[in-house]
Amino acid sequence: MPREGILVDRPYERLTREQVELIHQVSMQILTDPGLISFNREAVDILHGHGAAVESIAGDHQSWQVKIPEQLVLKALDNAPRTVKLGARNPDNTLIMHGDEPRVYFITGSETNIWLDVHFPTYVNKADPTREIRIPEFKPRRGTVDDLCQSAHICEHLEMVDGYIRTVNIQDRDITGDNKDVNKFFASLNNNTKHFMSGLTSLKQLDNVVRMAELIVGGKKALEENPIISFITCLVKSPLQFVDDTTATFIEVCRRGLPVAVSSSPQAGTTAPIKEAGIMAQINAEVLAGITLGQLVKPGTPVLYGSVPVRARMDTLGDSYGSVETSQYNIDCVQMARFYGIPNYSTSGVCDSKIPGQQSSIERLFSDIVVAMSGPQYLHCAFGLLDCNSVFCLLQAVLDDAHFKMIKFFLRQPRIDQPEMEAALKQMRAVVTTPQKLYISYIRPVLRSGEISGIYPFEGSGETDDVFEIAYEQMKDLLARPVEHIDRKITARIFEEIPGLLPRLNVYERGS
Amino acid sequence: MQEDVISLIKENVIQGRITKGDEGMDEGMVGQPGVTELVEQAVASGVHIRDVISKGLSGGMNVVGQKFEAGEYFIPDMLASAEAVGAAMQILQPRLAASGIKTKGTIVVATVKDDLHDLGKNIVSILLRGAGYIVKDLGNNVDAQVIVDAVREENPHFLGLSALLTSTMARMADVIQMLEESGLREQVKVIVGGAPVSEEFAQSIGADGYGADGFQAVAIVEALASDTES
Repeated sequence: MPREGILVDRPYERLTREQVELIHQVSMQILTDPGLISFNREAVDILHGHGAAVESIAGDHQSWQVKIPEQLVLKALDNAPRTVKLGARNPDNTLIMHGDEPRVYFITGSETNIWLDVHFPTYVNKADPTREIRIPEFKPRRGTVDDLCQSAHICEHLEMVDGYIRTVNIQDRDITGDNKDVNKFFASLNNNTKHFMSGLTSLKQLDNVVRMAELIVGGKKALEENPIISFITCLVKSPLQFVDDTTATFIEVCRRGLPVAVSSSPQAGTTAPIKEAGIMAQINAEVLAGITLGQLVKPGTPVLYGSVPVRARMDTLGDSYGSVETSQYNIDCVQMARFYGIPNYSTSGVCDSKIPGQQSSIERLFSDIVVAMSGPQYLHCAFGLLDCNSVFCLLQAVLDDAHFKMIKFFLRQPRIDQPEMEAALKQMRAVVTTPQKLYISYIRPVLRSGEISGIYPFEGSGETDDVFEIAYEQMKDLLARPVEHIDRKITARIFEEIPGLLPRLNVYERGS
Repeated sequence: MQEDVISLIKENVIQGRITKGDEGMDEGMVGQPGVTELVEQAVASGVHIRDVISKGLSGGMNVVGQKFEAGEYFIPDMLASAEAVGAAMQILQPRLAASGIKTKGTIVVATVKDDLHDLGKNIVSILLRGAGYIVKDLGNNVDAQVIVDAVREENPHFLGLSALLTSTMARMADVIQMLEESGLREQVKVIVGGAPVSEEFAQSIGADGYGADGFQAVAIVEALASDTES
């Protein structure tokens, strides 16, 4: 049985049918004029081979103007699967996404460089030294492979995490460009049995990580049936450019038939027009260009319509994920993906705040709620992420899990039907005849059936705000729970066959 | 046989089942006798009332309390069990004196004049009955004179006053004032409660106790009862 996620019965949509079609039409115009600049030769050749007009830019042999005709895009959209299956080490964690079904899965990610530790020093009131309080302090440091293991471990136990995108970039001294991919894949897969999606640092490592996945599931065919890994590639850099290395990676992933998210992340105001119409037409054109290339490489390649649009901050021109417009763009993209019938990889919950707190909660919850309401299929919703995706904090991830539980509950379909009404009438007729006139005795079966939402899990007992301390205790409890590692025999084969793995990641060899 | 019916009473208190039509906690209990039917059966078959109360009803409530403390039971569960005990005590009440059993005490409760909010007062009543007290509920929007008259006639050990509005909480002071003027104040302990009421307010109007919620109300009554006994 795949994971259930939450089916949004009546998804929130901002665009009219006419607006959706207008965005589509303008995207088609963009793809032919001005088209895309490609810095990747192979993409140029593939597109040219299928009828795209190609022109070398001003005698420069390193970049080409590519004009993709509408027919090519429409054919690619026909070839792209409407249903994408993302497998998992534990088959119960499989994700099934239908492009026309607004079922939401909550996914971690993206990757951050900074890991935020938390501790609780005690402060004494100067005026009254008998009064002490504990206040959380956060200390940033560079992420390590051990941190990644911890992150994967805790996300295994966070109920609302449906799939795992690594949350921290591993920057240990013994991690290099050549061994980073195999170690990040192994650390994640070995500590988490949910679906694992990742970008690739080095194309040379693609076959090693695919082989690792094959060893885990039992071979090439088994991986095709249960794709426990998938990839995310930002092959298009805004505005309208095929990047050389990520495009090369994308092409190779498509050749292997593994699921891949085609992601674009334009910033309104700098790398995309500041107004909604412009950024929407551009991001849609960029994603469609990627999908078209992928379907030309291998028709039927499972792709996700990936969208990470953002508005620029007006004070720094950096990303402002906490801005209201960012959520609007994401919701629009969900609607565009549904228009094409292709499962969507969407974004929410990224905040501008640097540490957990009120700003972080408000920014992330605002976008988490509204974007989830729009019914994206694969919502990478910034579990634990802070400071515009540059910081990860386990404590924040634990808080987020509780908040997603509330959102999931909120999105449940209303139960208003004849049997419910008949039961309610029966209760009313009975209760009005009792001396107390209370419905309390009818609560109990409903309470046990899970139909009543829980109280806020980090509510304190006194006058102080104990949210962080209670969440911290839960975080420690989750880390103390065991995870189901890859078994000893397969681990041995992985370490035997895959070069570059850090010996300290082999849980069966530690201390020997 | 006696032990069987007492253990069934205890189990049904834990389940919060008053009559055979109640669902309780576990599946498939509808149709089996609830606490009231079992208490009738126990009395008819000669089981000593003291055992019904101490082993069956109180024994069940003790388990319910433990489950509540452990987070296994919620307030609706506590109330269901308390209601079952209250219903059982109503059946047993006429027989208590003949059996030589003293009741824990009588409490008159009321929501004060001009206040129609009685949810809190009703919950407190259920919990007090479940704890073994005899509760005389005067209802809501009760005139101060009616309350004073009830104290005179019922001679209760406790008087519980409830108000939800800041505009009506002052009526509690009026009642206490009238009790004093009627010479009844010394014979009854006055407990107050309700959303706007606080410990400080209770003290300022000369009340004997304040309960922030139903559980505190029962606790304060128990504490005052034991003070009175000692």
